[in-house]
Amino acid sequence: MSHMTESGSSAAVPAAVAVKNVSKIYPGGVEALSNMTLQFPKGELTSVLGPSGCGKTTLLKIIAGLLPANSGTVSVNGRPVTGPGPERAFVFQDFALMPWASVLRNVAFGLELRGIPKSERMAIAEKQIENVGLKGFEKHYPHQLSGGMRQRVGLARALAVDAEILLMDEPFSAVDEQTRRKFQEDLLGVAQSEKKTFIFVTHSIEEAVYLSDSIALLLPRPSRVSEIIKPDIRRDIDPDAIRRDVVYLDTVERIWQGLRKYIE
Amino acid sequence: MKLFGIRLPMMASLIIWAIIWEIIGRFDLSILLPPLSLVIIRMFEIIPTATFFNAFWITVKAFLIGTAISIAAGIPIGVLMGRSLIADRMLLPWVNMFLSAPLTALVPVLMTLFGFGEMTIILTTLLFAIWIIVLDARAGVKGISPSLVEMAHSYGANGWQAFTKIYVWAALPEILAGIRLGFVRAIKGVIIGQLLVSIVGFGRLFELYSSNFLMEHMWALLLVLFFFAFLIAEGMGIIERKFSYYAASR
Repeated sequence: MSHMTESGSSAAVPAAVAVKNVSKIYPGGVEALSNMTLQFPKGELTSVLGPSGCGKTTLLKIIAGLLPANSGTVSVNGRPVTGPGPERAFVFQDFALMPWASVLRNVAFGLELRGIPKSERMAIAEKQIENVGLKGFEKHYPHQLSGGMRQRVGLARALAVDAEILLMDEPFSAVDEQTRRKFQEDLLGVAQSEKKTFIFVTHSIEEAVYLSDSIALLLPRPSRVSEIIKPDIRRDIDPDAIRRDVVYLDTVERIWQGLRKYIE
Repeated sequence: MKLFGIRLPMMASLIIWAIIWEIIGRFDLSILLPPLSLVIIRMFEIIPTATFFNAFWITVKAFLIGTAISIAAGIPIGVLMGRSLIADRMLLPWVNMFLSAPLTALVPVLMTLFGFGEMTIILTTLLFAIWIIVLDARAGVKGISPSLVEMAHSYGANGWQAFTKIYVWAALPEILAGIRLGFVRAIKGVIIGQLLVSIVGFGRLFELYSSNFLMEHMWALLLVLFFFAFLIAEGMGIIERKFSYYAASR
């Protein structure tokens, strides 16, 4: 690649999550990650973008503490990760809601596990349900909601535990295109108001460019970070105008040109 | 079902079989088959007696204790087998063996170990009921979506919370099916146990009636037992259907 990493430029913002020389080999010998080093700046939305098979979900699960790495370290605010922790919350690709529980209980579930008293956690959950635009659906059950609404529940659950870092694993891939666009706009709003660190795994170039402060471009076999891209899009403009913004379109094109030789 | 344009109620076939039974019984072909009407009269004669009530109470008690232990032990064992490969490898051969084994043959062994009392009958009930509950709980837990397990883990659930808040609920449709089948087997267990011990509960009554060729009494008792077995299985079926709404959306 002509333009190699410029990860040094993120040194100004301290890293919330630092991945250092991480390798992951699945039982059976499939090498998902090899010697990966990557930093996620605090308070920013960083996308991990790459074609399927580049190990991006594996990386996210290692950061979440759901998978152990074979070698290397992941540290969150300087402390090494040994398992899941309260400063990280996960948003799942298939929503992972409890079908037997109402929206309200699903959103409050992280707090329930922490032993927060019922009235308190219900108040927090109600606030977050409103925050993601699901007010009025508190008593509904997941099977009564559309895919997009279910993922809003998943997001509200992650916001309810007030974790500093949100880990999102292709959260919109099981949602239809129209809903996805609306959801992306809303996520931009949430990201700006919440001041959290977002790590966002996706295979959609448009989505990554639209949402991210920076994009880590991953390439497969052997999986590696090929480039860090910072789409310098003005965020004060109308969310719809971003999709027509020249910088947005150029960045999408540039990433595609970089990726296309790895497809097929 | 419709016949000659008339809608027949669900149990219509039972009425036809009852009439056939009554007619054959009237022919006096065999002492083994008295007419149904006499059996039913005898049934109402037997039910209010203290002997019947005692036998019924002993049976219900053994059934309830046996199934309660089966459920309380069977579900955790099944969940453990579904979650842990080592536990699964250790226990699955035994569970499968006992599930298909002719357990009746074990009752005499239990009798020599635990005597001719309630203990033997409770253990027989347990032995009949528990294996299918274990196996169904295991199947249910194996079918839980991995992301639901990851969700519980990532939001900080400890082992106990994961068991009570995720595994049991996510596997509930299978667990309930296991309990229903366990109940049906427990009924067999409790009656077979009593028949073999033959000095307690309904076993004593069956022994008494058959050795004295009291066929009307015998049939009356059988009908009562069939009715209760049907009631228990149907009742569990209703509970099961209440929870099946989310079986497809897990």
